[in-house]
Amino acid sequence: MTLPAMGDPAGPILELRGIRKQYGRLAAVDDVSLELRHGEFLTFLGPSGSGKTTTLMLVAGLQQPDSGRIILAGKPVDRLPPYKRDIGMVFQHYALFPHMTVRRNVAFPLEMRGTPRAEAERLVSAALAMVGLPDHGDRLPRQLSGGQQQRVALARAMVYRPALLLMDEPLGALDKALREGLQLEIKRLHREQRMSVLYVTHDQAEALTMSDRIAVFDEGRIQQIGTPSELYERPATRFVASFVGETNFIPGTVLGRDGDACRIAVAGVPMLASDRFSAQPGTRVTLAIRPERLRLSAAGEGVPAELVDLIYLGNARRYVLRLPDGTEWSALLQAGMADAATLRHGDAVRLTWEAAHATAFPG
Amino acid sequence: MEAGPVNGRRGAGPWLLLLPAALVMLIAFALPVGMLLARAFTHPEPGLQNFILLWERPVYLHVLVNTVMIAAAATPVTLILAYPVAHAMAHGSPRTRRLLTFLVLIPFWTSLLVRSFATVILLQRRGPLNTLLVNIGVIDAPLPLIYNLTGVLLGAVQTLLPFVIFPLYSSMRRIDPTLMPAALTMGASPVRAFLRVYLPLSLPGLMTGATLVFISMLGYFVIPALLGGPRQTMVGQLIQDQVGQLGSWGVAGALSFVLLAVTAGLLGLLHRLVGLKAVAR
Repeated sequence: MTLPAMGDPAGPILELRGIRKQYGRLAAVDDVSLELRHGEFLTFLGPSGSGKTTTLMLVAGLQQPDSGRIILAGKPVDRLPPYKRDIGMVFQHYALFPHMTVRRNVAFPLEMRGTPRAEAERLVSAALAMVGLPDHGDRLPRQLSGGQQQRVALARAMVYRPALLLMDEPLGALDKALREGLQLEIKRLHREQRMSVLYVTHDQAEALTMSDRIAVFDEGRIQQIGTPSELYERPATRFVASFVGETNFIPGTVLGRDGDACRIAVAGVPMLASDRFSAQPGTRVTLAIRPERLRLSAAGEGVPAELVDLIYLGNARRYVLRLPDGTEWSALLQAGMADAATLRHGDAVRLTWEAAHATAFPG
Repeated sequence: MEAGPVNGRRGAGPWLLLLPAALVMLIAFALPVGMLLARAFTHPEPGLQNFILLWERPVYLHVLVNTVMIAAAATPVTLILAYPVAHAMAHGSPRTRRLLTFLVLIPFWTSLLVRSFATVILLQRRGPLNTLLVNIGVIDAPLPLIYNLTGVLLGAVQTLLPFVIFPLYSSMRRIDPTLMPAALTMGASPVRAFLRVYLPLSLPGLMTGATLVFISMLGYFVIPALLGGPRQTMVGQLIQDQVGQLGSWGVAGALSFVLLAVTAGLLGLLHRLVGLKAVAR
């Protein structure tokens, strides 16, 4: 069952303009602006205390912003209480009403909206079937497993087709296997139901798996917003490079420019990197390079290093490399790429990379 | 499987530890109460004459009804006053919780008698409260705050509040604090969210508190004696008079017997009503 998405499909479903929220002297949310498109799955990713959950609470109306505007489906809602905003929310610990059966839980939002009884019964059955629990309606929440409880919470938040579905670390309380299953299930529901979703997590792998776009939060600000591949391939800040995926951070000094790229001395060897700021010669920079972008060879050009460890991962191999200055780098090679397979502990190797795969950050 | 003897010893140990308390209860509570109740049927001679006396003299029935009415009035007042305090304790910061627990426990540091006399001084016709209210112009003449139902309720409620706050608090602590926000996001106004979600979940604490207040109140004796007027005479005072002044153990026993029966009956009824209601939703 797929119902048409609500609101005007031309404009964004949600718009945040310059949102600020202060706790004492600490800016929990500091000038956050973004747009969420109709049917988009947008994830707020960041460490705890980065402002991602607070921003979600401001969208829900469970907290009030100090300044800024929140526009939901074309209407400013920042002065409206949560129960007058057209939202659904899924909480980390499910927040099912323990004294109501599963059916009554899912019927609750419909009841609050005055949906006629027969219609409500039909919608509740459809919602429970949608999350794969058609026969669990008469159970109490405590008689269900954690994963089942979160499915009920999903059904309850979606049964009334809110304009926007908010999820606050919904899989945070579940174990790994269950989490991965539910990630795909939520993805499927999002696609089939064409819901607009705002999702909060601190798990970067989860964010990469599920999202159309990701907004990376740190210290109350959005550091970067973009598709998973944009974030991974072209991190805007050092923080994004470190938080999303695995990265080698390598110190270097700018030598000069070489077309679009930047020439940088790394351990005394001139190498190429891309930069987003026009670095002047002599500036100290940090290069961010993904382990799978490092190339190893036994001889030739490149940064000299010693192979100190080789870890077999099945589908890949991890090489731990030590440079003359003592810094350790990590390289990841897919199985089947035989060029480096003959290397052994203690071998001297040369490291190279393409300019597009190394990003220079100031400092 | 555990070895037999170890299991056996483990089984008996806890029961042995209960024995001292059980003995104290038997000697200091069960025996005297049993004897008092028995005297209703045996003193001064075997028969039902004590109960016939209670039935024939209207004053006894009147006082009994009075007692139930005063207890029934004090219960909701105490519950309503205790509810927000327990809520703040259950869902406030640890600081708030410590402060409120401390404040709620303060009354236990002084004896009931001292507190009741202090209340008399505070509430009397020319006491500090009336003087203040007259001086700041809230009222023209002193209010009758004492030797009437107001006095008894004021005295009773302040002594009973902790007995409601603590059971309420422990039942509210078990309520997931995200349930109310969750209800709000689903379109429930704060009032509807409270009535449909929070209140039903705090019902066990409310029931325990109500039970404690109601039972304690039925047996009250110091407070109506000091703060009430003749119209607020309660069964406890009558029992005291019968024993202390008239030496009539039989009538005291019969009164106690009726009080016990009424208490048990009303409690059964209350739990039946609220219990059924809680199951229906």
